[in-house]
Amino acid sequence: MKRGGAAFWIGAAAFLALVFLSTQIVSNEYPFFAGYVILQFIVLSVAWSILGGYAGYVNFGTSAFFGIGVYTAVFLVKVAGAPLGVQILVAAGVGALLGFALGLLTLRMQGIFFSIATIALTIIIETTVTNWRFVGGAAGIQLQRPPVTAPFHSYVQMLFFVQALLVVLAIAVSRYIQNSWIGHGLQALRDDELAAECTGVPTLRLKLLACVISGALMCAAGAPAAMYLQYADPSSAFNLNYSVTVLAMSLIGGTAYWAGPVVGAIVLGTTQQLLTVTISSEVNVLVLGVMLVVFVVGAPEGIIGLIRKVRNGGEGKG
Amino acid sequence: MDLLLDAVIIGVLLGCFYAAVSIGLSVSFGLLDVPHVAHPAFLVLASYGVFFLNDSYDIDPLLAGVLITPLLFVFGLAAYRIYYETFERRGTDAAVRGIAFFFGIAFIIEVLIILHFGVDQRSVTASYIGKAWRLGDMRIPFRLVVAFAVATGLTLLLSVYLSRTFMGRAIRAVAQDEEAVRLMGANPVWIKQWAFGIATAVLGVAGALLIIVAPVEPTLDRAYIGRTFCVVVMAGLGSMTGTLIAAIILGVAESIVLTMFGASWAPAISFALLLGVLAVRPQGLLGRRS
Repeated sequence: MKRGGAAFWIGAAAFLALVFLSTQIVSNEYPFFAGYVILQFIVLSVAWSILGGYAGYVNFGTSAFFGIGVYTAVFLVKVAGAPLGVQILVAAGVGALLGFALGLLTLRMQGIFFSIATIALTIIIETTVTNWRFVGGAAGIQLQRPPVTAPFHSYVQMLFFVQALLVVLAIAVSRYIQNSWIGHGLQALRDDELAAECTGVPTLRLKLLACVISGALMCAAGAPAAMYLQYADPSSAFNLNYSVTVLAMSLIGGTAYWAGPVVGAIVLGTTQQLLTVTISSEVNVLVLGVMLVVFVVGAPEGIIGLIRKVRNGGEGKG
Repeated sequence: MDLLLDAVIIGVLLGCFYAAVSIGLSVSFGLLDVPHVAHPAFLVLASYGVFFLNDSYDIDPLLAGVLITPLLFVFGLAAYRIYYETFERRGTDAAVRGIAFFFGIAFIIEVLIILHFGVDQRSVTASYIGKAWRLGDMRIPFRLVVAFAVATGLTLLLSVYLSRTFMGRAIRAVAQDEEAVRLMGANPVWIKQWAFGIATAVLGVAGALLIIVAPVEPTLDRAYIGRTFCVVVMAGLGSMTGTLIAAIILGVAESIVLTMFGASWAPAISFALLLGVLAVRPQGLLGRRS
């Protein structure tokens, strides 16, 4: 593990250096504008997989966490003109709280009932925000970007770099969880919750922990979106598309391994960005639906699962 | 006070309509355990079918709903066959992957509707749409009365079908104990497929009611995920009488909130009820199992 650990951190550092360098060299803003969305989805998918992949609890509340992240930022900007770092930190805190609440509320629900409860929570939160005049209500709210801080030349490039930092953070957390007792416990409870409980795995506490971590990361990923779009409205911030897109990315990549959601988010995110530019955003959703169905039916283990199968050459079935 | 009474009466009418759109899910999710989140998408699709027939051939929406019923039945048979072959037969994770699968299907249906009909709201024309009954100061839209009557009839019909006919009893038998049915020499998969077909076929008339009650748009199914699952879960999985009662509770609750707090709070009602039921009494009001 240790050698793999070093390789991972070198890779992460190289990735960040590359991202930073590109923001200094490339002056065209568009690649960052599009790339930001992909990075954002990587964070969301990785965070989703902590609960959805390792523990097998399919959370449709991604949009709730994302939207809460956006609106935490909006609130902070409106009240105190808080800087980006503060927005993200507070959003992560709120996300952790919300994750804790979700965990408590759904502690005894399993399978589809958990999923439905998370959809329910999303709509309830969305409706509450819609009725909250202070942050703009149903009509939404315009935001003004503050001047960009050095060494960045444009705000979008800075957001791109910040989101890249979040990517590294999310992957590091997810990777740590997978290799630690937390991940092993979560996997045990996914396979058989009762058996895990009987052998002494603290299933309820682990689920709560997964909800908290996953929620904090998702909210943190949502917070910069307010400044990215310079606008927020409830029906797009809490759009169910986020939930299903993130679910699709994780399933396409494969949920059993931390790299799965990363691969899935890159593949589907890039495809969607290309389609949005070349054709239309409707086709975008169509591709999302088709890929979701195709992968769930044809490759339940995702791309990572496919790669492993090819590598093992059909050995080790199961 | 009068306002409240109005709200309750409208709520009961609305509730019966909700029963009609949920009854299919009560069979597919309640009895068969299929995590059918695409049910509302099928419903909206049926509404567009009705719209198409009404718009191009000037057929009465209710009649159009009946006309597309056989088509939906076949569609339901096929959908269950695919679901069964890919998930139930393989066993593991059927519920979890099933939800993802049906969400994918729902999104595909949404986009296909958008590509074919556009994102605009669509409505149908018929002689009974737009008129209203006056009872004292109260104004009851006639379209709601029609929806109420047809919905009640549909719900009763399905509940009689499930309790009185041979096939209906077979469906309930499968829901109770699939293994026992297999041992009796019947094919549970075939019975479930039939049941899923029925659950989808009912959407023909339900879809007609949906577009009679209010204009439809391609993403309307998202609001109905909450309503239909709320009704089915609150009813206790698979109980037809429960479905009617739960739907009326939802209808009245929505109608009262609408009158007291305004339309912007309405979407949360069904989901709040659903969440409450799930947290407190997961087996529903008239639960099938603990």
